[in-house]
Amino acid sequence: MTVGSETARKKDVLMAIRPAQTRSATALTFIASWALPLGLLVVWEIASRSGVLSTRLLPAPSAVAAAFAESVRNGTLPTNAAISTERALKGLAIGGGIGFVLGIFAGISRLIEVVFDSSMQMLRNVPHLAIIPLVILWFGIGEEAKIFLVAIGTAFPLYLNTFHGIRTIDVRLIEMARVYGLGRLALFWRVILPGALPSILIGLRFSLGIMWLTLIVAETISSTSGIGYMTMNAREFLQTDVVVLGVIVYALLGKLADTITRLIEARALAWHPAYRLNATREATS
Amino acid sequence: MSEPASDLRLRERSVLRESPGPTERNVVRALKPRKQEERRVNGQAVLLEGLSKSFGRRHVLSRLNLEIPAGQLLAIVGRSGCGKSTLLRLIAGLDRSSSGTISVGGAEVNSLQSNVRLLFQDARLLPWHRVISNVGIARAKNWRDSAAAALADVGLADRANDWPAVLSGGQAQRVALARALVSRPGVLLLDEPFGALDALTRTEMHRLLERIWHEHGFTTVLITHDVAEAVALADRVIVLRDGGIALDIPIDLHRPRRGPADTSAVAFQARILNEV
Repeated sequence: MTVGSETARKKDVLMAIRPAQTRSATALTFIASWALPLGLLVVWEIASRSGVLSTRLLPAPSAVAAAFAESVRNGTLPTNAAISTERALKGLAIGGGIGFVLGIFAGISRLIEVVFDSSMQMLRNVPHLAIIPLVILWFGIGEEAKIFLVAIGTAFPLYLNTFHGIRTIDVRLIEMARVYGLGRLALFWRVILPGALPSILIGLRFSLGIMWLTLIVAETISSTSGIGYMTMNAREFLQTDVVVLGVIVYALLGKLADTITRLIEARALAWHPAYRLNATREATS
Repeated sequence: MSEPASDLRLRERSVLRESPGPTERNVVRALKPRKQEERRVNGQAVLLEGLSKSFGRRHVLSRLNLEIPAGQLLAIVGRSGCGKSTLLRLIAGLDRSSSGTISVGGAEVNSLQSNVRLLFQDARLLPWHRVISNVGIARAKNWRDSAAAALADVGLADRANDWPAVLSGGQAQRVALARALVSRPGVLLLDEPFGALDALTRTEMHRLLERIWHEHGFTTVLITHDVAEAVALADRVIVLRDGGIALDIPIDLHRPRRGPADTSAVAFQARILNEV
């Protein structure tokens, strides 16, 4: 190896350490972040083909890919994914919406905090999946049961973070706004809500995680459609490739939801020095 | 701004025209020697009568009487905890007094006033609004135009679309000043606004404040613990001690002032320091 190429390599490493600015550094970060999962896939494939790993326990990645192609062709994957996504979003809209609104009111009104907060703190410590038997008794195994569970699960993170976000707003800014004659509504829209937004978005990300988790469990236990049902059904017929495919689809849906929140953060929190760079870099990689 | 307020302001201006005080005349002579009548005095007089404020058992201000003529630049000096910030918050209408009355431009102050603006020690810009939206925070009619004009006035016209996070301390404070100026206040209250700035920036801010005060003619109350700053800027300096006024002297130095190099300024400083 020549001295020239040695210094060139060192330069590359330095660029990777520094914030991604140049094209080569961006490419390097990209490769680095995908090296581990891709390497694992290769090892997995080799292990399956050589017989070290029983295909009954874990199918080869190529078999999963084949299952993917087949389920897309016969339409089971798109249909079930669409049904799951719809349930997830309905539950989030209801539960997250309630959590957000309650968080706002408890944040700005001492009275509402007194009335609601201790009950919310109690309820939030109950694992919401523990009430599945009750939910099945109430709603049967229809759509309502799953949407209800997702709503319960997503309400608390949004409630807590919205409340916290409002309570940690710099009081000096509120005082300034009063001096400049801002009314209640203007104070809310221009000071309180934007000030609480970083925290609210963190709550949203927590809620999204819980949203998928709850849905998987609910669909696995009682359902006749959705990704959870698809994997449970595949288990009955020992189609491990479809089971693994279901898990991967959940991972991808979760990642998609997280990327969308990051894009929202990058846009809505463009004023925030901490979010501006990281968020855009993450979103593009 | 309501109509009665601007009426009052007009009246005040005419009163001042008839009998400009000695300090007033000095200022005008120093800055615009020939056109003596051109300095606009849009300021409003501030009158404090028997003003007291106590927090629990602690008396911060006790029966304070103070008359600040329209357009005057008054500096209040005192040790920390002497009640100077409390006094400013009372004039701004942010806090209520325990007893006594405050009137601005002849009208008694009971709540927050739109003709009184307060500049805090920290700039307190909303980080999620761009500079221009911060300046036009009250969103009055045509706020964009008036905010742009105010920004140009403090020399930051080109930063209108920046986020506050990228401004330096001095620039942020200039934006805060522009925000205070948008509504053309009759009284500007400054609560140690330059305390956190470095010496060079502070001198720059002094010149800027002096120029803007001269152009707009608002009544100014500057709180500071820096005696040199008080003497460099003010028409009159008050020393606040034990809840009362310990010293009240006019600073009849020519403007623009030369700062610490001025020997007569040093004499004033020594006199004030004696009382603090």
